Amino acid sequence: MSTIQHYAAPRSLEEAADLLRQGNVTVLAGGTDLMPQSKAGKLKFQPVLMNIRNVEGLRGLTETGGVLRIGATTTITDLYDSDLVKSRLAALWQACDHFASDQIRNAGTIGGNICNASPAGDTLVPLLVLNARVVLAAKPNGALTQRVVPLREFFVGPGKVRREPSELVAAVEIDMPPPGFVSAFFKFGTRPALDISTISIGFGAVYEGGKLRDVRVAFGAVAPTPIRAPHVEAALEGKPLNEETIVAACDAAGQDARPISDVRASDWYRREMVRNMLERMLNNVRNG
Amino acid sequence: MSAMVDITFKLNGINRKTRVSATMSALDMVRDVLGLTGTKYGCGEGECGACTISVDGITLNSCLMFAADCDGRDVMTIEGLAADRKGEALRDSFVEHGAVQCGFCTPGFVMQAHHVLEKNPDASEAEIQRGIEGNLCRCTGYRKIVDAIAGVAAAAK
Repeated sequence: MSTIQHYAAPRSLEEAADLLRQGNVTVLAGGTDLMPQSKAGKLKFQPVLMNIRNVEGLRGLTETGGVLRIGATTTITDLYDSDLVKSRLAALWQACDHFASDQIRNAGTIGGNICNASPAGDTLVPLLVLNARVVLAAKPNGALTQRVVPLREFFVGPGKVRREPSELVAAVEIDMPPPGFVSAFFKFGTRPALDISTISIGFGAVYEGGKLRDVRVAFGAVAPTPIRAPHVEAALEGKPLNEETIVAACDAAGQDARPISDVRASDWYRREMVRNMLERMLNNVRNG
Repeated sequence: MSAMVDITFKLNGINRKTRVSATMSALDMVRDVLGLTGTKYGCGEGECGACTISVDGITLNSCLMFAADCDGRDVMTIEGLAADRKGEALRDSFVEHGAVQCGFCTPGFVMQAHHVLEKNPDASEAEIQRGIEGNLCRCTGYRKIVDAIAGVAAAAK
């Protein structure tokens, strides 16, 4: 347990960035990870606790010129209730549908899910499929600056991301997928609600004339971070979606997944699950 | 000792001012600072829903919320809902359907049931079940709780 010397609830991004520049800040958004982690002693508070809920412009979805910007304090419920997410970003919507419980979806934020960087983080797998980018705001020399990092490069390890202490995750950006894009998310846990994924899979591709292109596949809970599955993607790209392609893709999954054994499952079980559930997902796409 | 934060918010319709530690949960504030013990401490990590409260019209686990984050917001606990006509309807239906055994989970269930029906007054049984996924009951087996909530939904039609 560490001592908080100051609590701040800035109203603007400028103000938040000023506080971050002074250093030693723990950022609070929904609190659903921060509270239990601090109570369990897994996280030590910095001397300043900064609540970003009231920062103007950080919550909500805006689509401009084919780019969707999701503000960092947008809750999982906000995403779940969005018609745009439901109709055009199926994998992300399905992940929100399987996310914890209503009470946690109402409080938890997309920015928090990203910064918590759990290998099993539910929204992270579909965001990887959607080639999401993380928008980081800072104020190094008295003026607000913005840095954009592909989500794929943002995760370093469990709970570790490429965010400088002076930076705030302000938003996630997604290029809206092209016409004909289909996507899906699968999560396996021992019960439907409030479970941490044993494994999760995200899939997305343009499926036209029986062939796949622009294929993106991501796995959760089979590596120290959520990962893209380049071998699976290569096995599917440009191929007709038939039995042979599906078998090849499932074989390739073994080269991408690097699971460990833990309290939720053994590494063997996770490999089998990834293989079998990927097969099921691809068959679902094939059968429309 | 962590920093103390002065907060002002609406609690069950009444403006309140209080002083809380920066690390304190909303649950601890409601129970130990404000003396409203209807909200229960179950698991303390968001798994059981016994501590469900409503903030700005949506439910969340008060054990996962920082008390300081209540500043400027509209908080309702089971005591506030119990004094409301809709809360009475839920209470009566829980009693009528025998949806209460030990009663520890009941305040959380009633808070969440209220939220489910506010968002979707016509909620189907399946939608009610989805809505209360974040609430655990170790006595009733849920059947009677779902029936009690569905009873209120049906009566509203």
